[in-house]
Amino acid sequence: MTRKIRTRKTRRLTIIAVAGCVLAVALGLVLYAMNDTIVFFNSPADVQAKNVAPGTRFRLGGLVKEGSVRRSDNQQVDFEVMDAQSSIRVHYQGLLPDLFREGQGVVTEGRLDSSGVFRADTVLAKHDENYMPREVADALKRQGHWQGEAKASEPTQQN
Amino acid sequence: MLVEAGHFALALALGLSLIQFVVPLWGARANDPVLMAVAPSSALAVLGCVTVAFLALTMAYVTSDFSVLNVVENSHSTKPLIYKISGVWGNHEGSMLLWVLILCLFGGVVALARNSIPARLQANTLAVQAAITVAFLLFILMTSNPFRRLVPGAPEGQDLNPLLQDPGLAIHPPLLYIGYVGFSVSFAFACAALIDGRIDAVWARIVRPWTLAAWCFLTLGIAMGSYWAYYELGWGGWWFWDPVENASLMPWLAGTALLHSTVVMEKRDALKVWTILLAILTFSLSLLGTFLVRSGVLTSVHSFAVDPARGTFILGILIVFIGGSLALFAWRAPMLQQGGLFAPISREGALVVNNLFLASACATVFIGTLYPLALEVLTGDKISVGAPFFNATFLPLILPLLLLLPFGQTLAWKRGNFLGTAQRLYAAFGLSLLVALVILAYTHGGPVGAPFGIGLGVFLILGSLNEIVTRSWTRGKPLSIAWAKARGLPRSTWGTVIAHAGVGLVVLGISFTAWDVETLGTLKTGDRLGAGPYEMRLERIVPRQADNYREDAALFRVFRSGREVGTVESMKRLYVTRGMPTTEAGILTSGLSQVYVSLGEMQPDGSLGVRLYYKPLVLLIWLGAVVMALGGALSLTDRRLRIAAPARAKTGPVAPVPAE
Repeated sequence: MTRKIRTRKTRRLTIIAVAGCVLAVALGLVLYAMNDTIVFFNSPADVQAKNVAPGTRFRLGGLVKEGSVRRSDNQQVDFEVMDAQSSIRVHYQGLLPDLFREGQGVVTEGRLDSSGVFRADTVLAKHDENYMPREVADALKRQGHWQGEAKASEPTQQN
Repeated sequence: MLVEAGHFALALALGLSLIQFVVPLWGARANDPVLMAVAPSSALAVLGCVTVAFLALTMAYVTSDFSVLNVVENSHSTKPLIYKISGVWGNHEGSMLLWVLILCLFGGVVALARNSIPARLQANTLAVQAAITVAFLLFILMTSNPFRRLVPGAPEGQDLNPLLQDPGLAIHPPLLYIGYVGFSVSFAFACAALIDGRIDAVWARIVRPWTLAAWCFLTLGIAMGSYWAYYELGWGGWWFWDPVENASLMPWLAGTALLHSTVVMEKRDALKVWTILLAILTFSLSLLGTFLVRSGVLTSVHSFAVDPARGTFILGILIVFIGGSLALFAWRAPMLQQGGLFAPISREGALVVNNLFLASACATVFIGTLYPLALEVLTGDKISVGAPFFNATFLPLILPLLLLLPFGQTLAWKRGNFLGTAQRLYAAFGLSLLVALVILAYTHGGPVGAPFGIGLGVFLILGSLNEIVTRSWTRGKPLSIAWAKARGLPRSTWGTVIAHAGVGLVVLGISFTAWDVETLGTLKTGDRLGAGPYEMRLERIVPRQADNYREDAALFRVFRSGREVGTVESMKRLYVTRGMPTTEAGILTSGLSQVYVSLGEMQPDGSLGVRLYYKPLVLLIWLGAVVMALGGALSLTDRRLRIAAPARAKTGPVAPVPAE
């Protein structure tokens, strides 16, 4: 009887120990990844206010400034992303999403270079004509420049 | 008129499902067979009503009845018939109606299976199902009525989002919903067992086919959605770790764990409490997925509407059902009879490890999906958690699981022998390692991880097939006997082997993406662009006009080592009604590999931006998922799962043992 109880206990302990190990590993991985892989969203005003260091990866969102889009060879494109307070120049090479337009909302992901130009490797635009990326909508709302409704986003990635 | 009839049928369904909820529960408590018998008949009546409502809405779409707001907003008279029908669930209101229809369909099937389910369990189960039905019918009737009229009617509709006008997306939601909602049956059975305070191996035997069926559909639904994203979004990715995708992956992971833990419960009468908890969690994650997608907290192509009232309502449903079922669990689970013991090195031990890894992997996806939402609410910081996070957390948890899979599958029930198992697998393991090393040497300087990924895929396939070989082939006996023996193995064994081999195929497909080639170019007519062994020439650009869109189609000739192998067309479309442009990728399939062309913009000098991909063996990813679902389906046809009477279980080389 005692033996039986002991085995029950040991076996249960084995399972708990193994489970504990796996969960600890999972937790460790999550914490590690949280530090390393998470990307913040900033509007151009946030970038200035927070003084984001060059080389930090983040998402930049706002409106594509009217008249700022310049295309050059090899599908390179330069444009400015703006909000009510400021704007940031963005450089990108690759195919732009279908609904990328001047005056429309856009979210880009990449890094600032030392001259303050945002080098984007991803441009996200909308799925739908009513769309405004939610982050952009929120940023504009905060600054009191908001009309319209938020909808879907389409990720487009370039290397 | 028909539309009003549909609306009325939906209200009637609400009343009937209230009866289905209250009366059987009371009957089971009072031990009154007459009251319990109300459950199946009311479930069928609810199914009838909801079907009428759904058909009424479908008719409104098919006949383009533009006096119905929902039809106006999501349909157009020039749209092809298939997209008129799929438009029914291509919007928030209709998709919720489909959700409820499938819920009632499952209720109806449970009601019809009266011979194989004890009356009390059936009554309680249907009552829990009815509670879910009541909640969602209330949701539809109060916040998202698809039958609302538009007075005066509109002359023309506003068309369906063009991205959804696609055969893939016509069948993706029903498949996915059958999966999601199918887990409601396991959930209802789990709650019924808790209410009744009784659970045994018979319960597991009854629940397993439902879980398996739901799992098969969810697998297909996810694969379909992934393939759609691959060819429709036009940038060649097949999984984006988008929160909406994660919303379907989480119930899949939990459901996979549930599938395996019910096996342990059925065979060994162990892991009872855990299985009940998993059944609750799996459906809770399905509900969470519905909430994430339907409430508008996420932005994606799936979130049709952003209406705070709906979000709050679904959040309420979520809290009531998840909170309620977990409270029920906390209260009743300690009263359940504890399950049997088992040794760590055994099939059931391996299945515990499987559950552990799947649950942890599911938890990391959960954190990655919800953390940004929580952080935004708490601090206002907006972050995005993407592929790098999941690669760093999900992969390290899922890879050991896959590596251990063939060992677990080979271990015997009850008391396994690790060395013996390893011996039976060393050929498969050695061969796979050899494959990995040969590929590594051959592609020297290329990707390092991918050859081992291929090795893992091969190991999964060989390791699974190994089970068939060891169980049917004996040295010195002729192959014909082995073949006869193999054919005589239970279908559930074959199902397991095929499903696990499917996992191997998916792993192979994913590994081969390391050799994807992507090139960008700006082409004028006659220019060439190459990717991998393929090269293509832009022949011409033709403008075309269809019923509900116009497009510029770019025609390419595809060459492989100088020889023409075919033509592909890629289009830039403009859907006139919504004024929305889309890109249709051109895809040339050769064997399991694909060449994929996607168009960019017209450059100022008249040349066309083009993205070209060569994707070797990419189809294995989705083919593997289909094979997994097929394995599950084959297992469903096993005789053992079909016979009503609880027969003795028999699998594995070890003789079945009575539960402790």
